[in-house]
Amino acid sequence: MVTSNFDYFAPTTLDEATSLLSRYRGEAKVLAGGHSLIPMMKLRLAEPTVLVDIGKIDGLSYVREDGDGVAIGSMTTYRELETSSLVKSRYPLLADAASKVADLQVRNRGTIGGSLAHSDPAGDLPAVVLAIGGSVVARTRRSSREISIDRFQVDLLTTALHDNEIITEIKLPALPSGTGTAYSKFHNPASHYAITGVAAVITVSGGTCTEARIAVTGAGDKATRARRTERILKGKELTPAVIRRAASRAAAEVQDTLNDDIFASAEYRTHLTQVHAQRAIEEAAAAAG
Amino acid sequence: MATALFGDSVKRTEDPRLITGRGKYVDDIRLTGMTHMAFVRSPYAHANIRSVDTSAAANAPGVLTVFTGADLQEQLGGLPVAWLLPDLKQPPHPPLAYETVRYVGDAVAVVVADTAYQAADAAELVDVDYEILPAIVNAEAATKDGAPQLHSEAENNIAWDWNISGGDYDEAIKDPDVIVIKQRIVNQRLIPNSMETRGVVADFDSGRGNLTLYTSTQIPHFVKLLYSLVTGHPEQKIRVVAPDVGGGFGSKISIYAEEIVCGIVSKQLGRPVKWIESRSEAYIATTHGRDHITDVEIAGKKDGEIVGIKVDVYANIGAYLSTFAPLVPTWLFGLMLGGVYKMPNVVCRVWGVFTNTTPVDAYRGAGRPEATFLLERMVSRFAQEIGRDPIAVRRKNMLASHKNGRAVTTGVMYDSGDYKGNLNKALEIFDYRGFRSEQRAARRAGKLLGVGISTYIEITGAAPSAVASSLGAQAGLWESSNVRVHPTGKITVYTGSSPHGQGHETTLAQLVSSELGVPMEDVEVLHGDTDQGPFGVGTFGSRSLSVGGAALFNSLGKIKAKAHTLAAHLLESDPKFVTFEGGSFAVEDIPDKSMTFQEVAGAAYGAANLPPGMEPGLEEISFFDPTNFTWPFGTHICVVEIDEDTGQVSLVRYVAVDDVGNVLNPMIVDGMVHGGVAQGIGQALTEQAVYTDDGQLLSGSLMDYALPSADMFPMLEVDRTVTPSPVNPLGVKGAGECGTIAASPAVMNAVIDALAHLGVKHMDMPATSEKVWRAIRDAKETQRAARAAARRS
Ligand SMILES: Cc1cc2nc3c(=O)[nH]c(=O)nc-3n(C[C@H](O)[C@H](O)[C@H](O)COP(=O)(O)OP(=O)(O)OC[C@H]3O[C@@H](n4cnc5c(N)ncnc54)[C@H](O)[C@@H]3O)c2cc1C
Repeated sequence: MVTSNFDYFAPTTLDEATSLLSRYRGEAKVLAGGHSLIPMMKLRLAEPTVLVDIGKIDGLSYVREDGDGVAIGSMTTYRELETSSLVKSRYPLLADAASKVADLQVRNRGTIGGSLAHSDPAGDLPAVVLAIGGSVVARTRRSSREISIDRFQVDLLTTALHDNEIITEIKLPALPSGTGTAYSKFHNPASHYAITGVAAVITVSGGTCTEARIAVTGAGDKATRARRTERILKGKELTPAVIRRAASRAAAEVQDTLNDDIFASAEYRTHLTQVHAQRAIEEAAAAAG
Repeated sequence: MATALFGDSVKRTEDPRLITGRGKYVDDIRLTGMTHMAFVRSPYAHANIRSVDTSAAANAPGVLTVFTGADLQEQLGGLPVAWLLPDLKQPPHPPLAYETVRYVGDAVAVVVADTAYQAADAAELVDVDYEILPAIVNAEAATKDGAPQLHSEAENNIAWDWNISGGDYDEAIKDPDVIVIKQRIVNQRLIPNSMETRGVVADFDSGRGNLTLYTSTQIPHFVKLLYSLVTGHPEQKIRVVAPDVGGGFGSKISIYAEEIVCGIVSKQLGRPVKWIESRSEAYIATTHGRDHITDVEIAGKKDGEIVGIKVDVYANIGAYLSTFAPLVPTWLFGLMLGGVYKMPNVVCRVWGVFTNTTPVDAYRGAGRPEATFLLERMVSRFAQEIGRDPIAVRRKNMLASHKNGRAVTTGVMYDSGDYKGNLNKALEIFDYRGFRSEQRAARRAGKLLGVGISTYIEITGAAPSAVASSLGAQAGLWESSNVRVHPTGKITVYTGSSPHGQGHETTLAQLVSSELGVPMEDVEVLHGDTDQGPFGVGTFGSRSLSVGGAALFNSLGKIKAKAHTLAAHLLESDPKFVTFEGGSFAVEDIPDKSMTFQEVAGAAYGAANLPPGMEPGLEEISFFDPTNFTWPFGTHICVVEIDEDTGQVSLVRYVAVDDVGNVLNPMIVDGMVHGGVAQGIGQALTEQAVYTDDGQLLSGSLMDYALPSADMFPMLEVDRTVTPSPVNPLGVKGAGECGTIAASPAVMNAVIDALAHLGVKHMDMPATSEKVWRAIRDAKETQRAARAAARRS
């Protein structure tokens, strides 16, 4: 399989890159790690005529403190996330999820910006960032905006990003003390993407759950907050019974778009989502306590 | 330093080049004036071709020419079959379809352009008008009246109806003590996935009229012969080269349409033509494996004595007969149904059935994995039904050990075996009793732990040519070797076998080194180039050492004999008193009277002083045709744990004790076993080709076809027993496929064992998480219902 013809640009500054995107608006695609885009191009499911490779731009790959929170450059690879001491200490689930993406070769190339922008229904990081909360910083030639992660994933392979925008950074908020996190994934035996993945960020104070953000990937058409699950957890003591009941609602939000394929029927996915919601919540609750 | 003949784990000499990117595969071949070919393939499983419009493609940038099936119809014969069965239906198999396409991937046209990209772009512009026909993918359904028909020659899509039997099964089951257990077992279709896909470079030299065909194949000499038969191109004007070949697993033992078409087109254009198969293309255009729907019965008595097995198979052979398709599900399957057991009665019937799917041919193990799976699954099933331990049942029925020939019910003669000794060794390594108590404790703690065993035997080393011929082979299956000693005493060996990952360059150099007492570095092993050595057969069916190595051993014997005579002559001694040791000829008891092998070689070419009648030079050829197949056997034991919540199966332990006769390089044999076991486990747990009812392949990429990955495996505990084979001078048996054959039933028996207390008795492969989860759920539901019913009554 070979791609169709395209022109390739490798700008060294963001200004150049955003200018190219404006100039070829509608025809151009940003190329980051290439691990989603290039397979799509080889299958001719994507046929951009211009590629703007942002890999040669300095300063897009970092993990650093940013006020109370942490800022992550969009070109930061999974491997960098998985080994970053800052990520490991502040958002253990992000490091863990990054380490569960495919294999080392993929993790050395794939980027957090690419993962969010691609919004694969079975991608790991969209759910994790959704559970942490925060925002995506997007730039055009002229302006820059912050998009809340809760409004970022729009639909199957579709985000709130405009086609002249480049993600430059992901901003993650500080997690309150008493917060535990976990990511529980059931991987597809062929692709190693998530058949289902549940990210849980849970804050416990004085024995009750004060905050819970639970996000599910793999089951439906995009990463989605499991709000019913969150509601059941919030304000309660996290007893096994509460956790079980909350987990049983984990697939409720994606009910209408449940994936059904040769690896997992919709029924089995629903079940797996519940199992992994339970595991993620238990682990996050234990870490929070 | 020379190596020892047996037991030296010399590191593979081919690896430095292969793992540092300096191997030379077909795609590495770049010739002046090279053109590139892309195939236009049918997107439909069954359709008539109304018309093909090539004009847009022909006018696309860089395009040199476009051919349709109709354009080449005259010059292309049908693809041949190398194995015949009684009353085999052989519908035409055109390399390019011109009237009807019969599977997704069937080629209808080719585009040749200056670059591969231009060819691929232009191939998309070929406009084929298809009249879509109903398709059929299931082999059993295809035989029913009213099913879509693929070929007018094959009524009800049946290519053959083959059977064998031994003993009298029907009579045996009349015994009132005999119980019969029936099971339908589906051995799913697999897709081979060699690391290197196929590829061809055809280079026609219009000056001499010679064609060179570089192709990623396991059988370069057969490709030469068959190319000549199909196209009429004289055989002496064809050279076929299989350069480094990145795996095959049986999927490269066929003559393929692409080889023929590339050759023809190169001749027409007068320029070299390259075609490299993409991975997506490989999924649909390269042969698949397995795909049996089987009804099996095993019959036995309460005390564990097995009296017989009866098997009916619908073997799916895809849309056309691939080169060895008639052999794989028949002889290579049926002959193995007795296993290592006395098994006095065997009945087997196999229908080969055409369907609208990619053709099916050999895949690692080829026929034996299907047979062994049935047998080993059913023996464990039988033990479960009569409430006895699966190992006790195996032991009770096992053949006694034998050193030289044991006739069995299926009519063949096993060469040598010590089945109980092998089983005992495996059990000792595994600690079976210890495991059973661990399992009881695990069950009490709510864990699902299971052990599975398979005690297999298989058939390798094809073949005694006369036997193969009587079974339908259309060619001899001996092997050739050529040993050329150079004047400096360095050695070039040509083997007719054709490695594609097995490490022949190392093992065969080891053989030469140990036999002639020369350092391995002095030995160059060549293969795969039909101009470099005598006609050969190739590598498949774990035959390269037991047949090809034996041929080499015999050539070396001739070399030694001639060198010995010459050395004695030069040392002025009676040959009786000349010894050959450590690479040097010496006269007994006269310490300073000696000559090195190299000096003798020099003298053979110098020819200044040869014994009367001796020809100059030192070069020998041997063809070895064995008197029997070789029959490796062994015991594999596997432990799995099942996650009850998700159904996911994890491998906990894997013990493999194989007996492949004498072992030259243990490290290479271990590697073979590792790879084989991994493939068998892949079939058991993850792999399956999935077609929609209308013939679209859903599992058509590495993202959709679940090959096993390294993170699934525990450390494999590999050991051996050694029962030399009496049928070749090295006492070796084939080692390339046993792992695959043994592993699938061992793993599935373990999965069933883990669930047996819930009442689960069978599950088809692959044991995917969902399938296991459903089995647990259904079993528990049944148990609950039974308890409720018990309470009510
Ligand atoms: C074998 C394999 C296994 C995989 N397994 C997993 C897995 O288990 N889990 C998982 O989550 N993913 C998996 N992936 C996908 C992998 O994580 C991708 O790397 C990721 O989805 C995309 O990141 P990328 O940097 O490669 O983006 P690219 O492929 O370069 O781009 C993807 C899309 O995002 C856009 N884009 C990229 N960066 C930006 C940016 N900064 N601003 C705006 N748009 C941008 C591109 O234009 C394109 O549309 C796998 C991929 C492969 C090949």
